[in-house]
Amino acid sequence: MRLSGRGLRCVRGGRELFSGLDFDAAAGEALAVVGPNGAGKTSLLRLIGGLLALEAGSIALDGGDAELTLAEQAHYLGHRDAMKPALTAMENLAFWAEFLGGVPADPAECLAAVGLSHAAALPAGFLSAGQRRRLSIARLLAVRRPIWLLDEPTSALDLASQRIFAGLMTAHLGGGGMIIAATHAPLGIVARELRIGDES
Amino acid sequence: MTALAALIRRDIRIALRVGGGALIGVLFFLTVVVLMPFALGPDLALLARLGPAILWIGALLASLLTLDRLFTADHDDGSLDLILMSRTPLELACAAKALAHWIAAGLPLIVATPVLGLLLNLDGPSTLAVALTLLAGTPALTFTGMIGAALAVTLQRGGLLLAVLVLPLSIPVLIFGVAASNAAIDGPLSFGTPFSILCALSLASLVIGPFAAAASLRHGLD
Amino acid sequence: MTLTELANPTRFLSLTTRVLPWLAIVTAILLAVGLYQSALAPDDYQQGATVKIMFIHVPNAWLSMFVWGVMSIASLGTLVWRHPLADVAAKAAAPIGAAFTFLALVTGSLWGRPMWGTYWEWDARLTSVLILFLMYLGLIALWRAVEDPSRAARAAAILTLVGAINIPIIKFSVDWWNTLHQPASVMKMGGSSLDKAFLIPLLVMAVAFSLLFITLHLAAMRNEILRRRVRALQMLQASKPVALPQ
Repeated sequence: MRLSGRGLRCVRGGRELFSGLDFDAAAGEALAVVGPNGAGKTSLLRLIGGLLALEAGSIALDGGDAELTLAEQAHYLGHRDAMKPALTAMENLAFWAEFLGGVPADPAECLAAVGLSHAAALPAGFLSAGQRRRLSIARLLAVRRPIWLLDEPTSALDLASQRIFAGLMTAHLGGGGMIIAATHAPLGIVARELRIGDES
Repeated sequence: MTALAALIRRDIRIALRVGGGALIGVLFFLTVVVLMPFALGPDLALLARLGPAILWIGALLASLLTLDRLFTADHDDGSLDLILMSRTPLELACAAKALAHWIAAGLPLIVATPVLGLLLNLDGPSTLAVALTLLAGTPALTFTGMIGAALAVTLQRGGLLLAVLVLPLSIPVLIFGVAASNAAIDGPLSFGTPFSILCALSLASLVIGPFAAAASLRHGLD
Repeated sequence: MTLTELANPTRFLSLTTRVLPWLAIVTAILLAVGLYQSALAPDDYQQGATVKIMFIHVPNAWLSMFVWGVMSIASLGTLVWRHPLADVAAKAAAPIGAAFTFLALVTGSLWGRPMWGTYWEWDARLTSVLILFLMYLGLIALWRAVEDPSRAARAAAILTLVGAINIPIIKFSVDWWNTLHQPASVMKMGGSSLDKAFLIPLLVMAVAFSLLFITLHLAAMRNEILRRRVRALQMLQASKPVALPQ
């Protein structure tokens, strides 16, 4: 499986963020998108996830499921956690597992994997920022999708949680998955750098 | 199918939990209807004559005012991104959300109608006629209102703008809803004609609404 | 025991555990006596047996206003004295007040039915009660709209006090509106002309219903305190640190 973008151009609010951007990522590989604020790291992830329209260029996935679009094979972990405060952690997770489609895993095990078993029956509104971030990470496990698009995944995570998350990412890569992460902080795994919007 | 059922279940659950607005719509409906006699006077004969119109205006406003968070809530917390990336077609997801909204906010209005009919001096058959037309017509209100709710996401504002956008679209529903109720109560038109048109409007909006809402959400991506 | 000592929720809980059963028993006895006396009361020469609905209707109507008064005092307690039990009292009273108001509406409508020929007439008294009912529902909706009870408390307290100031104005307006359109209210009860045979059961029923309110209110306050403790425990549980998987 191979994901590649050629000649990507992105315009946001009348301003060109990047153009002529190329990238490649293979199965089992992590790509760390780095660059200054406003360089378009988040926009690149949203382009890949189909959440933004391309101005120019193309993104292609070779060797994935031919029946599905690229977006349907990707998980997106954004700034906003998509968890409803009125529902419990378990209800939130079970909903996404059922709704996103694909082969679901046991939500209870996913919660255990991010150390949230004790909070399964609590409303998501009771959780702290870091706990909500971990709940979002549990969503990556709830349904198997080969491509993970992660936007600042380690923000709000304490050291212990970062280590757990690094373990989960390593396992995902080992299973033939692919990670593209926009980040300022080190991810804690081996990752190739993709530098965008460099002024230097 | 299970994905859509899960979405409907989630939305209804949120509407019924603390902070959800399912029952506020009914309370609004009740308040609007109670206000009317203070403007019109407590003449029971007059109220009975205007009853269907008052109930329809109340239901129309109540179902529109609860709609404005239909998509913006999902947009604000990032759920909309994931809905777009799911394996469920966006049109179906929109339809499921509107259906859930109708169950949580539209059905209670119809259940409350007999009580309000009592206040407006409508007799049993008349109340039943109004409830029946509301049952046939409120889906049209929800499914056309949904288009406005989707535009509200694109335009980054809801509330009054949504009302201004959608109220003109709901005029046909209002015309045939009230006409059918009045026809059932005292003629001279037959009940069947306006009621069939009302059902047709609901069915048409069931098709148009999800497509228009999905298109507007896709174009409003940011 | 002073008010400040009662302010301690734990002390409040232990006190009400002792008081509530006795209160419930006294309420039940008074209600039974009141109902018995009401049943024995003679029929009205005009209204016949329907006049007996009065024995239920009047206490409920009285409580519908009294409960708002209790909530207003509790709201002052929240805003001015910052009494820790004040918003618990205000929150617990709202659904009970709404229930009494609803009963007043239903009994009033049943009482009026033989005279009016319909279940509902836009009679000045009943209309005021209906508006009061809407205000109760709005207040309950406000309590439900905010998840954090201490944040909801301020908003609800302000709304309650505004309502307390507004209720007489609304009552006056509705009376004026009503006389504008029709001669006089059908449901007349001259206070002084009421016969002793009616007055005594009515007073007993009024006291019994007031006791019923106090019993229900104390029980609801207990529930609310316990509910908040459960919530606090849940919050505590949520903040447990990460357990590293082995």
